[in-house]
Amino acid sequence: MPDFISLTGISKHFGGVTALADVDMTIGAGEVHCLAGENGSGKSTLIKIISGVQPPDAGGEIVIDGRLYTHLTPAESTRIGIQVIYQDLSLFPDLTVAENIAFAQHLRGFRGAGQRRLRSRAEAVVARLGVALDLDALVGELSIAQRQLVAICRALAAEARLVIMDEPTASLTRTEVDTLLDITRELKRRGIAVVFVSHRLDEVMEIAERVTVLRDGRKLGTWDAQDMTPRRLGSLMTGHEFDYKVVVPDLSQAPVVLSVKALSRRGDFQDVSLDIRQGEILGVIGLLGSGRTELALSLFGMRPADQGEIRMDGAPVHLTSNRAAIDHGIAYVSEDRLSLGLVLEQPIASNIVLSTLDKLKGAGGLLSADRRRQAVRQGIEQLGIKVSDPENPVRTLSGGNQQRVVIAKWLATQPRVLILDSPTVGVDINAKDGIYAIVKRLAAEGMAVMMISDEIPEVLYHAHRILVMQGGRVKGEFHPADITETALREAIDA
Amino acid sequence: MPDFTKRLLHSHEGKLLLVVVVLFVFLSLATRSFFSLQNMIDLLTSYSFSGMLAAGLLVVLISGGIDISFTASASVAQYVAMTVANHFNVGWVEVILIVAAVGIACGLINAVLIGTLGLSSIIVTIATLNVFFGLLMFVTHGNEIFQLPDWFTNGASWVVYTDKQGNPYIFNLQMIGLIGAFVVTALLLTRTNIGRQIYALGSNKDAAQRVGIKVFRLNLLVYGYMGFVAGMASLIQAQDAQSVSPNALVGRELDVLAAVVLGGASLMGGVGTVFGTILGVMLLAFLQNGLLLLGVQSYWSECFTGAVILIAVSALALERQRQRAGIRRVMA
Repeated sequence: MPDFISLTGISKHFGGVTALADVDMTIGAGEVHCLAGENGSGKSTLIKIISGVQPPDAGGEIVIDGRLYTHLTPAESTRIGIQVIYQDLSLFPDLTVAENIAFAQHLRGFRGAGQRRLRSRAEAVVARLGVALDLDALVGELSIAQRQLVAICRALAAEARLVIMDEPTASLTRTEVDTLLDITRELKRRGIAVVFVSHRLDEVMEIAERVTVLRDGRKLGTWDAQDMTPRRLGSLMTGHEFDYKVVVPDLSQAPVVLSVKALSRRGDFQDVSLDIRQGEILGVIGLLGSGRTELALSLFGMRPADQGEIRMDGAPVHLTSNRAAIDHGIAYVSEDRLSLGLVLEQPIASNIVLSTLDKLKGAGGLLSADRRRQAVRQGIEQLGIKVSDPENPVRTLSGGNQQRVVIAKWLATQPRVLILDSPTVGVDINAKDGIYAIVKRLAAEGMAVMMISDEIPEVLYHAHRILVMQGGRVKGEFHPADITETALREAIDA
Repeated sequence: MPDFTKRLLHSHEGKLLLVVVVLFVFLSLATRSFFSLQNMIDLLTSYSFSGMLAAGLLVVLISGGIDISFTASASVAQYVAMTVANHFNVGWVEVILIVAAVGIACGLINAVLIGTLGLSSIIVTIATLNVFFGLLMFVTHGNEIFQLPDWFTNGASWVVYTDKQGNPYIFNLQMIGLIGAFVVTALLLTRTNIGRQIYALGSNKDAAQRVGIKVFRLNLLVYGYMGFVAGMASLIQAQDAQSVSPNALVGRELDVLAAVVLGGASLMGGVGTVFGTILGVMLLAFLQNGLLLLGVQSYWSECFTGAVILIAVSALALERQRQRAGIRRVMA
């Protein structure tokens, strides 16, 4: 396979910080290549250099079509046929699909191509890729998966020869990922190279030919994708061995804390029954739309159930508001911590005490600074949050530490049941490890934990029991010791 | 065209059109003088200023910005132009060039401040409103210009129809200005690359930059166009009023903003049409004129107008929320 692009000795320094150090990389024409690395490993910098957004330090060489460049400009990069699809997709939600795909036509001249030419251009691209898209629909009305198709079509309309996709599978369901993989094969057949950028060990590895791993700005190497296992890739990316084993303590004698019988909420989930014992981690796994998050919201009183019964310590409870759920000792850490779980501009300390302000009142019903300080210190110590100053905004923390702040906020309410909805979304492997350790310690101290996830290893290695949800119902219950990853995946996708 | 009709009824413009028609029929039945050619001509003439500015402001809102300062720009433009007209031997071409130049200059000042300082457009234009207006009041001591050249006050109008009683019905400069502003804005927004780039910029600024749109230059054009329209509007307003008062216009900017938002333009950018804006201006014009003809006290009339704006904007917000909820269902 001839090389489409070949990079030699690429370095990039920002002030005294080394973002990339002497990286070599080649991408063949029509190759599917994975670029893997943790946050801060230099992936983004490398992409910015390839797409011409940033120049590399002097001394690096970029060879494309046998021509040598010391750096590229964005216009050159586009002309050569390099297209980046960023994670946010960079589309225009208020314009139609056709205009989004062929927007480049709007950049030349004053009168431009006119709506008809633009439309026929978009039509041609959509037909070439064989995807079903309504060209007149507004992009803002499409699902995330459809928007991704629009972004890919736009890259194709720009005569792409290399498409770089940043975390393309982060918010797709399994079926949507399969569609993406099909399209990738189609691109490959047409001689278009595809680079997947990821910090997840995910499905795109199935069709990648080679994997390049970056760590701390250095290239560790390039391997054939067939020889790479998720575990090996994980340890390469982080420099640590993460060898999780299934460990299930005997909890049969532990009292049941939360018991749910035949719980239903119309349109969301039906006939769900489950028990969680003291000290138990119950994993709930299912695809987006399986009812997993809706169930959690009902247990937290946000969307009360229509039918069925919820008992805490054997006594029936009516969870008609989140206030009621908190009072009964239930805490919920939401999936989307940025928009729902944290006030990003506010200090770390204020976020930690946000859920317990009532308990911090001192004389005259005013907040007591002493009690607040004490609660903050307790939260930070309990969860090992790395902070230089608790008065800094939460925004300044890493993803993993932000997630700890959210958990600390809920632990301050002294819950008996902790519901974690996709607790490790968007945090890197090291931070994940820290969160698992916290969850296990809390369980060992007697907390009943419900951990909702869509990652199989997450529940397999860190839960004591697994419920599979599908179409709003519980489809099965498994014990981690009795099931393999493959069998569990089949149960979820069935 | 059933498909077109269905789309229209589902759109914000379709619903607004329905409201305007209902209001029109009601006022025609409830008052003696609302439904008359003369009243319509008067309305067109007196709302030409607000209508033109609404067309300019629509472009700014679609680009994702906002401009509050245009009434001050207009005041400066007409004062400068009429002062020159009174002291030098100039004609229509010269005053048109002067208001255009002053208006565009004010708009470019806004665009440069917003672009280089990275400040939000609402803060910048509130500030420049005060600066432009303050300077004008300082220089003029608030003195009005009562005496304008004859060629200007006579203006240009064409009698197009005389009824049996011999009353003439005229087509005037104000109507030309209003129709011109709407037509040019519609062409700019839908038929040029620049227009589509403006929608793109308001829809997603980061994506616009990545796709290669020169944001600063586009903003110069957007705010410059707003200033140009403000200059033109100030000229036809002065011609209609037959005098220039430095503080006659400032204070009307929020009415214009209300009309454009009523017309469906989003303060978040990326959304809005000329047709919707025309309906928004019509709704406000009919409402204010109708209440007057119904004999409602002017304070109540203002209060009522405010309430209608509130209701319409709430309905728009609810509609968008429902749309978004629909999208979430599709995604799940």
